[in-house]
Amino acid sequence: MIVAEELSKTYRVGRGREITALDDLNLEVARGELRAILGPNGAGKSTAVKIFTTLTAPTWGRASISGIDVSRDPGGVRELIGASGQSTAIDERLTGLENLQLIAMLSRPTGLKARDRAADMIERFDLVEARDRQVKEYSGGMRRRVDIAGALLAEPEVLFLDEPTTGLDPRSRQSVWDLIAQLAHRGTTVVLTTQYLEEADRLSDTISVIDHGRVIAEGTPDELKASIGEQRAEVTLLNDSDHEAAMGILRRVAAAEPARSSSLRDLSVAITDGTRTLSALLLELGGAGIELVDAGVRRPTLDEVFFELTGTPPTDELRTDPR
Amino acid sequence: MTAAPAPALDSERPRPRYDHRILAHSAALVWRNVIRIKREPSILAFTLIQPIIFVLLFSFVYSGVISIPGVNYTDFIMAGIFAQTIVFGATITASSLAQDLQSGFIARLRTLPINSAAVLIGRTGADLGVTLLSITVMILTGLAVGWRIRSDLVGALAGVGLLVLFAFAMSWLMVFLGLSVRNPEAITSASLLLLFPLTFVSEAFVPASTLPQPLHIIAEWNPVSALVYATRNLFGNLPAATAPETWLQSNAIGIITVSSLALLCVFIPLSVRRFARLNDRL
Repeated sequence: MIVAEELSKTYRVGRGREITALDDLNLEVARGELRAILGPNGAGKSTAVKIFTTLTAPTWGRASISGIDVSRDPGGVRELIGASGQSTAIDERLTGLENLQLIAMLSRPTGLKARDRAADMIERFDLVEARDRQVKEYSGGMRRRVDIAGALLAEPEVLFLDEPTTGLDPRSRQSVWDLIAQLAHRGTTVVLTTQYLEEADRLSDTISVIDHGRVIAEGTPDELKASIGEQRAEVTLLNDSDHEAAMGILRRVAAAEPARSSSLRDLSVAITDGTRTLSALLLELGGAGIELVDAGVRRPTLDEVFFELTGTPPTDELRTDPR
Repeated sequence: MTAAPAPALDSERPRPRYDHRILAHSAALVWRNVIRIKREPSILAFTLIQPIIFVLLFSFVYSGVISIPGVNYTDFIMAGIFAQTIVFGATITASSLAQDLQSGFIARLRTLPINSAAVLIGRTGADLGVTLLSITVMILTGLAVGWRIRSDLVGALAGVGLLVLFAFAMSWLMVFLGLSVRNPEAITSASLLLLFPLTFVSEAFVPASTLPQPLHIIAEWNPVSALVYATRNLFGNLPAATAPETWLQSNAIGIITVSSLALLCVFIPLSVRRFARLNDRL
């Protein structure tokens, strides 16, 4: 359905300076799949979406949707796709209804008149009360709903959502998530970029983790988590000052590299034999006089997956918590 | 995931194409741009109220001070105000387009199955509407303060037609500028810097002969002077018993017509091409 082969993109910035946004990216998304492209800021997520939505041409490599090459036949690709998100925008000065009416007038004609089609989308996206207000008065969540409604209006085969929940408050984020889950349920192929691990985890069938413009891992959320061990032992220290000593003990007992997090007091490490390793850990920590607030065994999070894959803690650019 | 890397299968399904509906799409975008203009008071003030103020200002304030033999000053000045309003008004095309580029709205349009020329036609079409409105307002204000078209109906229509043609040509030049500069504030300030001397060091408000030497030559060869002279001629507002003195004056109508058409022939294709290659920015 969606294929990228050796996709590369270099932007020229100023005198002779170049930025490589995509570096040999390979991707294959099946019909009806919801694929999350997960990566930190600047990893190349938006550039990939811009290429698929014909907004920018690749420097090298090929990208196609339903067999139509995005460079050779951008017009053909535009018939198939809907795009929404940070690289595209709706008009602030138009009302929600006018925005959708405009998109209806510029999209594949259906039996319905543009205005009726727009009104129908307004209803489906729960925007009836706001339909005649200018979008600049909308909340972030409402804007996002108009934006996604516009992308879906022509019933595209593929929907591209570029960071659909960035900057939204938790409640709006939940409503956008519900919306995306419904779409996936109806069989629309969706490509979603996100820097939120939780979002990729909850919504997607498959996650492509990208960093520095290439795919560094791919799989279902469960596969990705399993790839770094089925279980993790997690301890929370009472004092920051015990961090180094505790790290040493974790490393030795579990025979694996513990993951760092944003807090010096939260440590976790992959373990293979469940509670036995945890007991050994607790004994050693206790013997070293390190006081704990909490300890337990759990399944790994995508944070840790990302740390394993890239060697950088996700807390810099990749945030677990969208706030 | 399917293992089949042969996407050719999918594409064999014939698909109807809609990007030829360029007129309908242009009309839709004119509709959108007109709504925006109606909701943007600063644009309406600039194109409607400013010309009214200029007509009143020049006809009442300066007509007492400036006297040009053979014509009353209000008659003389109107062509200048028409030209000035049109030249300044054209910058709105560039800044509106740059604004739409900056906001990401044009990116949204570029993901839709439309012919990209429709976006530019929608812009210049809406701005042409604003020009017509602003010319109408100026004509009515002028008539109210005593300006008269001293030629005939044909001259009047030809004069308005020439102004509209020139405005449309300028608008396409500004489309190209907007696509190239892509910064609305820079466009506005740069064009004010350029256009103020261009309109004032011309025959818009005084005959070139009254200007000191270096300015005199600039005013004589200034394209705005040609536009003003041609309009003034068609409206019958030239000072009585004066003959064209320069090549520019003797051929003003032809020069403006030909150069407007030339601008259109150059900047329509250039702009469409530039629009299609908008993509290589980060």
